[in-house]
Amino acid sequence: MIVKLIDFLRDRLQLVIRLSYVGLALLVAWDVVFVSKEHAHTAAERIPGFWAAFGFIACVVIIIVSKWYGHLGIMTREDYYDN
Amino acid sequence: MITDFWLHPALILIVGAFILPFLPKWLKRPYLVIVPTLAFLDVLSMQGQHGTFGVVRFLDWYLTFGRVDGLSMVFAYIMTLMCIIGTIYGLHVEDDFQHVAAWLYVAGSLGVIFCADYLVLFLFWELMAFASVFLVWFRRRPESLAVGYRYLLVHTAGGLALLAGLILRYQATGGDLSFGPIGVGSPSLSTYLIMIGFLLNAAVPPFHAWLPDAYGEATVTGAVFMCAFTTKTAVYALARAFAGMEILVPLGVCMALYGVVYAVLENDARRLLAYHIISQVGYMVAGVGIGTELAINGACAHAFAHILYKGLLFMGCGSVLHMTGKSKFSELGGLYKKMPMAFVFTMIGGLSISAFPLFSGFVSKAMIVAAGFEVHNYWAAFLLTLASAGTFLHTGLKVPYFIWFGKNNCSKETWDKAADPPWNMQLGMGIAAFLCILIGSYTPYLYNMLPYPQIAAGYHPYTAYHLSETLQILLFTAVGFFLLIKKLAPEPKISIDLDWFYRMGGRGFLWLAKRPIQWADSCVSEGYRYIGLMPLMTTAKFWSWFDWHAIDGVVDGLAKTVRNIGGLVRRLQSGQLQYNIFYAVSFVAVALVLYVFA
Repeated sequence: MIVKLIDFLRDRLQLVIRLSYVGLALLVAWDVVFVSKEHAHTAAERIPGFWAAFGFIACVVIIIVSKWYGHLGIMTREDYYDN
Repeated sequence: MITDFWLHPALILIVGAFILPFLPKWLKRPYLVIVPTLAFLDVLSMQGQHGTFGVVRFLDWYLTFGRVDGLSMVFAYIMTLMCIIGTIYGLHVEDDFQHVAAWLYVAGSLGVIFCADYLVLFLFWELMAFASVFLVWFRRRPESLAVGYRYLLVHTAGGLALLAGLILRYQATGGDLSFGPIGVGSPSLSTYLIMIGFLLNAAVPPFHAWLPDAYGEATVTGAVFMCAFTTKTAVYALARAFAGMEILVPLGVCMALYGVVYAVLENDARRLLAYHIISQVGYMVAGVGIGTELAINGACAHAFAHILYKGLLFMGCGSVLHMTGKSKFSELGGLYKKMPMAFVFTMIGGLSISAFPLFSGFVSKAMIVAAGFEVHNYWAAFLLTLASAGTFLHTGLKVPYFIWFGKNNCSKETWDKAADPPWNMQLGMGIAAFLCILIGSYTPYLYNMLPYPQIAAGYHPYTAYHLSETLQILLFTAVGFFLLIKKLAPEPKISIDLDWFYRMGGRGFLWLAKRPIQWADSCVSEGYRYIGLMPLMTTAKFWSWFDWHAIDGVVDGLAKTVRNIGGLVRRLQSGQLQYNIFYAVSFVAVALVLYVFA
């Protein structure tokens, strides 16, 4: 059943991707229009879509900084410690 | 010798462990479920019965084995529960000693959780290290032995720091060994030494490299146990003694980010999960450092949730390793058709660790971040939020994607072997998955158990703002993941971590031992041969005459007896150090039980 569901979605990958974009847009719209910001801790959080931008930038920064660090020589061949 | 009747759950596990090898085969499986269940019921029976139990007089000291209060109860509950789940997951393992080692390890953790003085703490602390190392050695690969010894050496070093700290503290306080709030306002050398001992077990950088090293190499079931007990027992110890220690906040935040960075680079699924333990324990350490009631609640709640979802993730990736023999992304991929159940369970673990609404991480992690915002520690709160994006990126997306989807890197052999694991492994995962969702969906279950239940009852994670914030962060992290997926493609590489210093330092020491020291040694031997040996030979000749004529008669009878005993002992000793350590640890555990409870 699980496999069938996954295959069903994979066969319609483009549609799934489009629906996901619509979902994301709706999420941000809901946040901007309906969600009360009285629980916000800082002023920056009142910027519309602040956390969406935060999540996306965090992800990109983490990947790029980590890969840069890894390629400084931290990543090495698998038998590095073998005698 | 016991003040009131109170049964230590560790005792159930220790005694249970020693009976196990002698049972007939048909009885073993039920027995494996019954013993940890009894320990769990024992803990349940203590609920609401706070107090001090199991006080034993030893020389001039009164040792306390049983302090039952809110903090110890929440940890004891989850530890014994995880012991049941882990044992069910490992039911198929026929090597009794793996179960014995795992139970002794859990007993060590429970001993630390219930003790109220540093002597007992130290004893059980060491029991944990010496029992858990077998979970690495039992993998029985050539490298397992080396990894185990490294693990043991690092933990011995941490144990020594702890011992030094508590001796200094004993001196300074005039004989106070009680294990409680240590006085974080006026730290002294002893405070820092004890803290280093705890931090090492919590895997706080720079004392963390043992963790991915050992957990990546442990047996499939061993890793499930290891990922739960060592670091979270250390979190308990920190929460008990170091609540409000400010330095723990930056240390915790660094941990959270450090784990994330190394997880990007990691190619081995279980080592990636191990780096994410460091990251997640970072939240708890930071929570302890913040030290408010909400923060301590958060640290405990997150430890509770973490033990379940991390156990679940290790079970999921462990089942892939168990079935295919592979754990590297560069040798896996596309397995959803072959292992759908393992995928679903791992995904539930991934969503829980990423703090998706309705899953356990959502109601626990947020408490720590909220406590950070509450005390206006904005940079800590924002950086912890940043790390949570990284958590979803790896554990929620990278692990499932590159094992079950993505490019199929499986060899034909791997592909043929891949299938969902045996029923007991699926049952273990099922229980953990159910609890992850229960915790996230029905908050009173966990919140009522926390050390400050009133504060917890006043905290509401399901507000519109929190939901919107979390969903935005997580879903837009997913967008970033799919845009940069090429950059994340697995590379068959390892990443150098701080264990480089002792691994390469060890080689330097070996070189030193081989070259200059051996040279000096042979010089001395040569000199000795000329100067010392000649007179010695003359004397020896005399004694040999004396021996031949006078003593032999008496000794012969004795020698025969000794030889016979030697023959018996030899059977116990295979000459491999790890077996000797195993016998010694078992002996100590038995002696401990006999001494305390006889």
